[in-house]
Amino acid sequence: MVVDSFKFLPRSFRPLYEGRGPHSGEGTPVWTPFQKRLAESRIALLTSAGIFLKQSQPSFDLEHEQSHPDWGDPSWRAIPASTPDADLAVAHLHINDEDLLADPEIALPARLLAEFVREGVLGGAVAEHVSVMGYQDRTLRDWQIKTAPELVAHLLGQGADGLILAPV
Amino acid sequence: MPVLARWIEAAGIPTVIVTMMPSVAEERRAPRIVGVEFPFGHPFGMPHDAGMQRRVLELALRVLAGAAAFGTRVDLDVEWPVPLREAYRSWQPKEPSPIVRKLLEARRQQGA
Repeated sequence: MVVDSFKFLPRSFRPLYEGRGPHSGEGTPVWTPFQKRLAESRIALLTSAGIFLKQSQPSFDLEHEQSHPDWGDPSWRAIPASTPDADLAVAHLHINDEDLLADPEIALPARLLAEFVREGVLGGAVAEHVSVMGYQDRTLRDWQIKTAPELVAHLLGQGADGLILAPV
Repeated sequence: MPVLARWIEAAGIPTVIVTMMPSVAEERRAPRIVGVEFPFGHPFGMPHDAGMQRRVLELALRVLAGAAAFGTRVDLDVEWPVPLREAYRSWQPKEPSPIVRKLLEARRQQGA
């Protein structure tokens, strides 16, 4: 079965995504072999749902996006794996967030990952997963210059052996 | 997001991207791809459906750890259990996003 990438996308949006080829300067393969067994590996999650900690973190900046529609907040948040659902909030203007708030596991399955660790399928999960807001300006310059290096430093600091990214 | 995966992969951390648009992730040259035919906002499936979420995560881990080469793509054979028309409508924000509002405005002006 081959997934239809455009099944749920309004038809007029399709040309914004399809047939555009690689991002500028990103046409060559990149590859880091996964060398350990999963049962000896520590795994991290990255969501683009704009999830943040309601009490202790600032929201992604949606006000600025409202006045600058080509811009999206390029910052990121560390999300402790043990955060109760009720402490999470979502800042994303491009999706309906009702299901996400009802069950954040649909974008950041931290509890399920912890279950896999308990079952012995995985060696571990990082203490802090990561969250970004996926709508970004087309150049991705801020992500490239600042966010990506910070995410890499965070993930290496957490001892991550592999990362599952889940755009929304 | 596929580009972010590339940068993190290039820095030495293996990545897999779970995406509703696997053909776009291929075009953007993500290293490992899992495709899901789910409405936007739901990469791991239906809320409170632990069985469906488990199937996605298991496949993501299998591809992360087991893909033999750059560009590996495996799609999940799970059908979204909500009629298309309803699912298509319900993932979309109640208010159009700022960029969609801007595009609609530009289209209206062209048509005027």
